[in-house]
Amino acid sequence: MSKYNTHLLVCAGTGCHSSESNLVYEMLRDEVMRKGLDKTVQIIRTGCFGFCEKGPILKILPDNTFYTQVKPTDAREIIDEHVIKGRKVTRLLYADPETNSPILNSTQMSFYKKQLRVALRNCGAIDPENIDESIARDAYQALGKVLLEYTPQETIDVIKQSGLRGRGGAGFSTGLKWELTARNESTQKYVVCNADEGDPGAFMDRSILEGDPHVILEAMAICGFCIGANKGLIYIRAEYPMAIKRLKIAISQAKEYGLMGERIFDSDFSFDITLKYGAGAFVCGEETALIHSMEGKRGEPSNKPPYPAQSGYLGKPTCVNNVETFANVPVIILKGADWFSSIGTAKSKGTKVFALAGKINNVGLIEVPMGTTLREIIYEIGGGIKNGKKFKAVQTGGPSGGCLTEKHLDTPIDYESLAAAGSMMGSGGMIVLDEDDCMVSVAKFYLDFIVEESCGKCVPCRIGNKRLYETLDRITVGKGKPEDIEKLKNLCSVIKDTSLCGLGQTSPNPVLSTLNNFMEEYHEHVYEKKCRSGKCRSLLYYVISEEECIGCMACKRVCPTHAISGEKKEVHQINQEICIKCGACMEKCQFDAIHLQNDYPKVTAII
Amino acid sequence: MNGIKTLADLKRKQEEVKSRIDLRNRAENPDSLVQVKVAMATCGIASGAKEVMEYFVEELDKRRIDAVVTQTGCMGYCFAEPTVEITLPGKEPMVFGYVNARKADEIIERYIKEGELVDGIIPRNYNTI
Repeated sequence: MSKYNTHLLVCAGTGCHSSESNLVYEMLRDEVMRKGLDKTVQIIRTGCFGFCEKGPILKILPDNTFYTQVKPTDAREIIDEHVIKGRKVTRLLYADPETNSPILNSTQMSFYKKQLRVALRNCGAIDPENIDESIARDAYQALGKVLLEYTPQETIDVIKQSGLRGRGGAGFSTGLKWELTARNESTQKYVVCNADEGDPGAFMDRSILEGDPHVILEAMAICGFCIGANKGLIYIRAEYPMAIKRLKIAISQAKEYGLMGERIFDSDFSFDITLKYGAGAFVCGEETALIHSMEGKRGEPSNKPPYPAQSGYLGKPTCVNNVETFANVPVIILKGADWFSSIGTAKSKGTKVFALAGKINNVGLIEVPMGTTLREIIYEIGGGIKNGKKFKAVQTGGPSGGCLTEKHLDTPIDYESLAAAGSMMGSGGMIVLDEDDCMVSVAKFYLDFIVEESCGKCVPCRIGNKRLYETLDRITVGKGKPEDIEKLKNLCSVIKDTSLCGLGQTSPNPVLSTLNNFMEEYHEHVYEKKCRSGKCRSLLYYVISEEECIGCMACKRVCPTHAISGEKKEVHQINQEICIKCGACMEKCQFDAIHLQNDYPKVTAII
Repeated sequence: MNGIKTLADLKRKQEEVKSRIDLRNRAENPDSLVQVKVAMATCGIASGAKEVMEYFVEELDKRRIDAVVTQTGCMGYCFAEPTVEITLPGKEPMVFGYVNARKADEIIERYIKEGELVDGIIPRNYNTI
């Protein structure tokens, strides 16, 4: 049997899948069959490479060629040129954004150079639907090790010493959480994996589940062993069909191999995992709401205590951990607590996955050691701001987080530094904003999301956020009053102090942090009726240039509100009080004489 | 195989399936491994480069040498095909000409394993970027 000497890795994550990577896979497979190369060329569908901006991704090994935006029609050329003749298809290679020259070897890509992939270590390297490939990359070794060599308490101690903290947002010590759940005596306990990823723009949990499902199953079993639970539940949103499919395949394969189910590794430990589907409500990422939803009740949070560790799912002690947290567990067991705690900062250990989105060149999923600066993430890994614009801010932590500005660019990122800067780690969404973004509109965008997602149980969150939204909306359409800014501040602090759950308590963060960092923009909107970025349409003004207008009357005829005055061959004028900003005049003008400007026109008198 | 009952079972299974992804693991860190590039242009293939490449892939695996075997385009030494470029970790690439199975065996045993130079070296007259 001749061995495979070339591996073609086709990304089959949701991002690439939606740009037809499955067709690329099929075309490549057909082409390989046709050329009789199926004995030497292996084609694998893998999880996410993280470089979703340029999908579908095709990586060819062993020469580490990284093709981007591959179309099904490119398959023949790739097989003919690259695989058979060994000539790289230059037009598909990833080009360095600075020099524009194609990069021949993916290890040279600045996107990957600074990354350290721990939670994502198998994403893009293995076929997630084949347990053998996971086993070849050490899957279930850690479970075997703890079952045969460690006591539950010893395992908990390793996790505690490693300094692993919850990756879902709040950053509570994972080992401590396990210990607390383990201490509560009960005949039945539960391990819950929180895969209800709700932050707009964040998709690390989905990518891990799609790219490396076995790591989650293994980690949940380890957690079950530690706390004394024999049942695991994965709460996953029904909007993630591919992750659900791969989890199901993984569970059945693990059972077939005897790595899940009764008496694993011939020990007394049995563990079984089932899936629970969520309908995709943001609040169900909060653990008490999540548990209620799993029980078939409304997804509403309840007061803590009692904590889930005492009374959770069906009233039994329950340990809820996030997907990314679990993904770190097996590797900590195998490599040791010291290895893990050597990465990161004093209080935040290990790595963190961030979803880069917004006005950045390399949109995608990245994983860096804690303590990496924003500048490194945005300019080196992210490849800088799109179209050479100026960086303005980055929103971290999703709708519950806050924005960080230029002065925070060199802050090493960890749980504490983000909190000190008025934001939070959250689940790791990072939305980059440039000079064209209006900060008031950004705050309004997040409030809109919160208003939609508030479960409505407590008044401050349900009504308070709606009022915040309305006030922001007033400001963006130019009807803001000077007292509105003070009102916003007061309302924010009331919501923060009196809301029941984490969602409400953090919901005013986008407003507070934009108020703190960009007060001048709020002032401009309120006092000068001006939006410097030009994003607020109501604060833009149509004006006719005196030099360019020839007085043809065309615009005057199309104006639905008769806001344009002026005689034939005279320069026309727009009366701003009547103008409804429909843009019809600008469209009609053949001389490009009508412009938009973000300052109220100084001269409005009719000549 | 059904039922992994012990850690040893799992380790055995891992050995069994490891070859599936060996190449991928190695490719993550190519500079620390022996890299073998076989010139596989028309001229190379016509002179038997395909067989030489298969020989390298199989033999290096059999002799448990961690190496990355890749194909490349024409190196320009069409008179000496099949040509093979070998890069030992931390050393300059070395090109060998007129490689057949016997020569390949000699290259593996003497150059790759021992670092001795063998006959058939073509002086490199190019640089790559």
